[in-house]
Amino acid sequence: MEAGTPDLIKLEDLEVGSGLTGRKHVLSLLVENKPGVLARIAGLFARRGFNIDTLTVGPTDDPEISRITLTLDGAVHPIDQVTKQLHKLVNVIKIRDMEPDQTVSREMALFRVQATVESRGEIVQFADIFRAKIVDVSRRSLTIEVTGSNEKIDAFERMIRPHGLIEMARTGEVAITRSRPDS
Amino acid sequence: MFYTRLPMRAADALCEALKAEGVEHVFGIPGGANLPTYDALYDAELIHIQARHEQGAGHAAEGYAKASGRVGVAFATSGPGATNLVTAIADAMMDSVPTVFITGQVRTDLIGTDGFQEADVTGITMPVVKHSFLVTDPRQIPTYIHQAFHIASTGRPGPVLVDVPQDLSRADIEYEPAAGAPHLPGYKPPSEGNIKQIRLAAKALANARRPVIYGGGGIVNANASQEFRDFCLSDRLPVTLTVMGLGAFPAPHEQWLGMLGMHGTRTANYAMDNADLIVAVGARFDDRITRKLAEFAPRAKFVHIDIDPAEISKNVPAHIPIVGDAGDVLPKLTSEYGRLNADPARLEEWWKQIGAWQEEYPLGYEDSEDSEIKPQRMIEALYKVTEGDAIITSDVGQHQMWCAQYYNFSSPRRWINSGGLGTMGFGLPAAIGAKVAKPDDTVVCLAGDGSLIMVCQEFATAAVHDIPVKVFLMNNGYMGMVRQWQELFWDGRYKSVEMGDSPDWVKLAEAFGWTGMRCTDKNEVEDAMQTALQTDGPVLLDVQVTKTENCFPMIPAGAAARDMVG
Ligand SMILES: Cc1cc2nc3c(=O)[nH]c(=O)nc-3n(C[C@H](O)[C@H](O)[C@H](O)COP(=O)(O)OP(=O)(O)OC[C@H]3O[C@@H](n4cnc5c(N)ncnc54)[C@H](O)[C@@H]3O)c2cc1C
Ligand SMILES: Cc1ncc(C[n+]2csc(CCOP(=O)(O)OP(=O)(O)O)c2C)c(N)n1
Ligand SMILES: [Mg+2]
Repeated sequence: MEAGTPDLIKLEDLEVGSGLTGRKHVLSLLVENKPGVLARIAGLFARRGFNIDTLTVGPTDDPEISRITLTLDGAVHPIDQVTKQLHKLVNVIKIRDMEPDQTVSREMALFRVQATVESRGEIVQFADIFRAKIVDVSRRSLTIEVTGSNEKIDAFERMIRPHGLIEMARTGEVAITRSRPDS
Repeated sequence: MFYTRLPMRAADALCEALKAEGVEHVFGIPGGANLPTYDALYDAELIHIQARHEQGAGHAAEGYAKASGRVGVAFATSGPGATNLVTAIADAMMDSVPTVFITGQVRTDLIGTDGFQEADVTGITMPVVKHSFLVTDPRQIPTYIHQAFHIASTGRPGPVLVDVPQDLSRADIEYEPAAGAPHLPGYKPPSEGNIKQIRLAAKALANARRPVIYGGGGIVNANASQEFRDFCLSDRLPVTLTVMGLGAFPAPHEQWLGMLGMHGTRTANYAMDNADLIVAVGARFDDRITRKLAEFAPRAKFVHIDIDPAEISKNVPAHIPIVGDAGDVLPKLTSEYGRLNADPARLEEWWKQIGAWQEEYPLGYEDSEDSEIKPQRMIEALYKVTEGDAIITSDVGQHQMWCAQYYNFSSPRRWINSGGLGTMGFGLPAAIGAKVAKPDDTVVCLAGDGSLIMVCQEFATAAVHDIPVKVFLMNNGYMGMVRQWQELFWDGRYKSVEMGDSPDWVKLAEAFGWTGMRCTDKNEVEDAMQTALQTDGPVLLDVQVTKTENCFPMIPAGAAARDMVG
């Protein structure tokens, strides 16, 4: 480039995005396993007005590091701003915004459903179709364990609800990166 | 390398660690839970300044840090001592002040039992600290102190709290002097800006016809005022600064537009409103600047240079983000821009427009016809007698804004105020801290009468420790800033803004062992200030100014820059 002829950049051509992606995001965080870490994360979300859909915490193969998986709605929150704020927490070591097509994510749920003599057969069939397990049986109810994507769990809930859902507990999603085909 | 491990009490190790960090002065108040630390201070070669309220200790630590660029340190005991610190901690967070706060905590066996003077201070302060540590093992104490200093002073600075249970600070440990950078796997502050982005910014600037350089407190933090000047002066670039940035560019100057924002100059705000390119340097697009966000600088593209990635596009989306230390980025930007040989003629129209605004809307006020002291005149007098070169700390209110407008700060770390939290009562303790850090400089606290009464116990700190600060009180008998809002936007329904006739400030000062003086005549202000500056020891000068003057110009709430009033 010659002096006196700055490369043309038209200011009009400079653009910015809205920051909203419009889809669900799964963030996988590696954090130091120290007291108060979860409180710092929860507090950050509360004071910045970010809404968490689900949040799970668990150990990793390194006892000094825990994994937190959280899901948020990218239509409501600028995910970029969320991750940058999270990065400012000194105990947060790494954040991964999981790419949907490169991620395996699972959730587990327990359902306790009313089960009469007449309905019991149908419920067991549903459970079979969803590869769910009956984990507890009483005269009037069945407790069923389902694992899968959260869409699958939503679908199971829709099927089972008409029978009389007594109680439900869901773990929230955990996620991990898919291995590449060659590795 | 071999390090000697020295057996010692953890509280002594705490003091050793502070000394290893270069600490000379600490501010604080003792109590049950931090007695071991105070016992250690008995022997340590640290100078402890006993404040009269923990908030005062905290602001003094801030003033110390802002004046010197070094980390300020304050101590408090558990429970009420710690909660009294919270305002100062929040203040340091908002204004990014490098500070370390060390609180005593109840014994570990009492934690969680609502023990005497127990308060979960790490919990209470979590939203307002850069980081905090609760000590759970006495061996952590020196390590956490080193980590705290590292975190407080690097990247975007801020307050770090270390909460130390009483029993743990009494325990014996082996002290090992710290070696190298602390191990903090989740903490990597950025430093160098991306050169491609810097080049892009240079090109955008070279093609801009109506650029404005908008600088902030980050330049002062980065100690990059010289680099900032060099950049601005490498072409005829118009410059404005936030309240926090004042001094980063030498005012007055032909390229200086004045401060921007709510009480900024019309020229600076109109320039932002009409700019085609805004280069923000260490400034965070606070709502005092943007006002009505949807109508902020509608014609501009933004280059945003900041060390904190989360600031970029937080409030205003950046077209060219540059994450890095201003001290690293600015020289590169100057040289990249210089290589482009941008045509200065392209800015002529813009300067013509700016000149027209400057001519039409100079900063000004109507002086009194009698001897009444207009507040603006008081600031002009302050500027004159200090030759524009004192360290000025300020409280919060009209006086703060008038000082920002009329005292032409020409170098950094000379203007110490509470911008983000806007903490009334900041000025006096901050002045004490600043004077401790810079004993050879003239330190003046420009106080408001509503503000000063909130911290007046700190007169005793200055008197007893022989810290010769000068307090110039702008006494308008009102919490003037709120009175102004009630006058302008709440139909003059004045409620709880008068200060009444209490106290008699001269007597109050004297009661504390200060020299007290009063001035009520505009023709005597400068002489009175001169006398106050020449009088040994701490001096309070009660300057009685117009009671109901309004601070103008201003951008009302919910308005855009082009709709400034006054
Ligand atoms: C009564 C009142 C009225 C006010 N009116 C006004 C007004 O009219 N105008 C005005 O400007 N303000 C005004 N303020 C102050 C306002 O509230 C904000 O505090 C101020 O605008 C913020 O200044 P700043 O953007 O420079 O940011 P600061 O709070 O100083 O933040 C510094 C920024 O620089 C970054 N930074 C830190 N270190 C570095 C580094 N090494 N390199 C690069 N970047 C770095 C930080 O990440 C941060 O983003 C007023 C306050 C009060 C109390
Ligand atoms: C601790 C605190 N309480 C309340 C406020 C709200 N406030 C902002 S300015 C102000 C008035 C300040 O009065 P004074 O110190 O006399 O300054 P003046 O505006 O009169 O110059 C008040 C009450 C505040 N900023 N800080
Ligand atoms: Mg007042």
